[in-house]
Amino acid sequence: MANLKELKGRIKSVRSTQKITKAKQMVAAAKLRRAQEAAEEARPYAERLNAVMASLAAKVGDSAAAPKLLTGTGSDQRHLLVVVNTDKGLCGGLNANIVKEALRKAAALREAGKTVEFYLVGKKGRAPIKRANASAIAKHFDTSDVRTPGFNEAEAIANELLEMFEDGAFDVAHLIYPIFKSALAQNPTVQQLIPVPAPEAGDVPKADAVVEYEPGEEEILEALLPRYVRTQLFAALLEREASEQGASMTAMDNATRNAGDLIKNLNIEYNRQRQAAITTELIEIIAGAEAL
Amino acid sequence: MPLHFELVTPARHVRSDDVHMVVVPGTEGEFGVLEGHAPFMSTIRDGALQIFKTAGASPETIEVRGGFAEVGENGLTILAEHVEG
Repeated sequence: MANLKELKGRIKSVRSTQKITKAKQMVAAAKLRRAQEAAEEARPYAERLNAVMASLAAKVGDSAAAPKLLTGTGSDQRHLLVVVNTDKGLCGGLNANIVKEALRKAAALREAGKTVEFYLVGKKGRAPIKRANASAIAKHFDTSDVRTPGFNEAEAIANELLEMFEDGAFDVAHLIYPIFKSALAQNPTVQQLIPVPAPEAGDVPKADAVVEYEPGEEEILEALLPRYVRTQLFAALLEREASEQGASMTAMDNATRNAGDLIKNLNIEYNRQRQAAITTELIEIIAGAEAL
Repeated sequence: MPLHFELVTPARHVRSDDVHMVVVPGTEGEFGVLEGHAPFMSTIRDGALQIFKTAGASPETIEVRGGFAEVGENGLTILAEHVEG
């Protein structure tokens, strides 16, 4: 049985924890709005690029001149998993879920006899993936030194990946990142990054036949493919940002509520004990007075 | 007749405007786009876009890097990775 002083100390400590989680929750809520806006702003570029890519890819298609980034190296033996994790914790099960998805994919690929390597973005995925696959980690990219990762970071990551691809370090790259659905749901998804999956033409290509290309269609496609990869990574970073804040908000809301419950119970306990002490004292006084 | 001109980067929608003419530094030479230009796609070398708000007005320039131009029915769209100015 804890005594009164100990109980008081515990109430105080839980209360200060609650203050921290509450503050983090409010910060996350504010950042979430900004992250969602950023994701919104990025959409037009991605959509347009997608549309152009789709029409070009349909045209250049399977011809021998099609760039390697679109057709692949001709083998699918070596896979690279690009796993996008957050840099900071306090966001519930988000990172655990991403890592789980990545390991699941890796296991499936290994089962099929492929070799798997990891390219890790963000700090929080490193430790758990390293534990199981210490030798398979090709590289990691640190995004923790910038406040909000933007297009420059996406560009740096993409350039490094493209270089690795040029050097023949892998055949297929998959991107694993959380998709932000709502503050309650962020789904980790796996998406093929390289070779670029031919984007689907949304609607029937309109009278495209008359479009002039400068230089040629293939050259344009070749110039656009790396850009497409960069855009994909940028989108993944934006989704990660929104997911992190959303998950953080929910997790911190829960933590604040739990702390509240804990404080309530501790308070009841504290009051009960204080009352017990007073009652005991009274009984002693009365008993003493009666004895006289 | 004005030309509808849009400049988009991955991070944001920079411009959406009706202008008279835009001169674009294409990989194979500069080209000017006026209203009613034929459908056209081109990569852009790093350089300055010149935007003429009205005929004869002095141009406004925007530096773009990593760009791509598309001329379609609804005007000129420039996708650029980086925009300065």
